[in-house]
Amino acid sequence: MKAAAMNAPETLIDTTLTLNGEAITRRIPVRQNLVDFLREEMGLTGTHIGCEHGVCGACTVRVDGNIVRGCLMLAVQAEGRTVETIEGLSDSGEIADLQDAFHKRNALQCGFCTPGMLLTVQDLAQKNPRATREQIREHISGNYCRCTGYQAIVDAVETVLAARQIKV
Amino acid sequence: MKAPPFAYVRARSLADALDLLERHNHDGEGAKILAGGQSLMPALNMRLSSPAVLIDISRLQEQAGICVKDGHVHIGALTTHAAIGNSAAIRQHLPLLADAVEHIAHPAIRNAGTFGGSLATADPAAEWPACCVALDAQIVLAGKAGTRTVAARDFFQGLYATAMQPNEIITEVVIPIPAAGTRHAFLELARRRGDYAMVGVAALATFSGGAPRDVRLTFLGAGDKPLSATKTAQVFVNKGISESSLKEAQDTLATELDPAADLYSTAATKLHLARVLTARIMKQLVA
Ligand SMILES: Cc1cc2nc3c(=O)[nH]c(=O)nc-3n(C[C@H](O)[C@H](O)[C@H](O)COP(=O)(O)OP(=O)(O)OC[C@H]3O[C@@H](n4cnc5c(N)ncnc54)[C@H](O)[C@@H]3O)c2cc1C
Ligand code: FES
Ligand code: FES
Repeated sequence: MKAAAMNAPETLIDTTLTLNGEAITRRIPVRQNLVDFLREEMGLTGTHIGCEHGVCGACTVRVDGNIVRGCLMLAVQAEGRTVETIEGLSDSGEIADLQDAFHKRNALQCGFCTPGMLLTVQDLAQKNPRATREQIREHISGNYCRCTGYQAIVDAVETVLAARQIKV
Repeated sequence: MKAPPFAYVRARSLADALDLLERHNHDGEGAKILAGGQSLMPALNMRLSSPAVLIDISRLQEQAGICVKDGHVHIGALTTHAAIGNSAAIRQHLPLLADAVEHIAHPAIRNAGTFGGSLATADPAAEWPACCVALDAQIVLAGKAGTRTVAARDFFQGLYATAMQPNEIITEVVIPIPAAGTRHAFLELARRRGDYAMVGVAALATFSGGAPRDVRLTFLGAGDKPLSATKTAQVFVNKGISESSLKEAQDTLATELDPAADLYSTAATKLHLARVLTARIMKQLVA
């Protein structure tokens, strides 16, 4: 009885999570991080993977409403959690205005950083809808963009924040 | 890179986590506690660490949260950096922490990284260890044999080295609320927003009639652990804050701090920056 109840380490764990609104269960190798799971097991390749040690922000996803680094979380740690990716935010239309503004302002070139950047700026828009340019820069400080020089990204975010203010 | 192979177990309680540690960790090797993962996961992915077992404590909700009791603030080890930044109790009673949190990494990392994880990591350039030393925090450690408390100033022992025994877990940190009227400031210089500090300083002071009485200056990134520059602080108590006492304090600091060079700055640069910050933070305190 006691031995049966003992909590033992495993290398494969059945994990149930809500992914972009849909409940899924998969048997996941414990060492697989959340981004690799999303890309390789679920075919959701919008979340990118760059540095794999928390520095670049390309892997940003939303877990239980908060943005996190997908490369620093094990997929099995998503048990019982709600995970949202760029695909989910795109399909729901939640960030359509941001995507449009990024396009119009040339806030992306190669697009590698863009999914993580969009999740991060949407997080800012929710938490601080009146953010200044300085605060926008601070919020995206953990998301590297090697192409745009950031100026166009800050412009796009500023435009959307202002437009959303008028709407509400 | 990808993490090396390991086995994983989600602890069901603190007692379970301590049992698991005892079973799988021998002589400090074999098993590691996983909290926010924001230092451990990079280390695994870079293959700087290869434990056989990860014991995930991140679901132990009783270890997360902030409460105020008998003149002290209790911060659970699993309280995230973001939760500290968002806490009204912290803003009210320990505003130093509210100011420091902005310097820790980036929003997505602050949502996962924990207070206890930062103390256990004991990076000499990290913000929480220096704040804990500045605020006379007590760190509560649980082990199979029971619970003990270590003062922050004794807890940090050197580069990534702490007073923690291999099979102990930090459960909470207890911080006395500073006396009414205590002023605080936190300054840090980093190459980019969110990077670990090149040098930083936490200051606490009380004043009577415009003259500083208790002054405490605790530096991060200026040695192998947080360092309180007591002689430098005493200059202000003895002589007040003036251009001449600032100069004298900066000279005293050069005798008290002996920073080692790191990848980015020479020892001389670090000392220079610490002197600059000393003048800046004292001016901020009286402003
Ligand atoms: C890009 C990047 C930038 C960063 N910048 C900064 C910065 O500027 N300043 C800063 O301070 N930090 C910074 N960090 C680190 C971050 O603050 C981490 O959250 C913190 O150092 C570790 O906390 P954790 O909860 O993530 O611990 P984990 O990564 O889960 O664990 C770290 C270590 O502590 C041990 N541990 C964790 N919790 C406990 C506990 N309760 N009891 C005993 N042992 C425990 C683990 O076994 C492990 O050895 C940065 C991280 C990244 C990825
Ligand atoms: S891949 Fe996660 S931060 Fe770079
Ligand atoms: S658009 Fe290329 S990295 Fe940002």
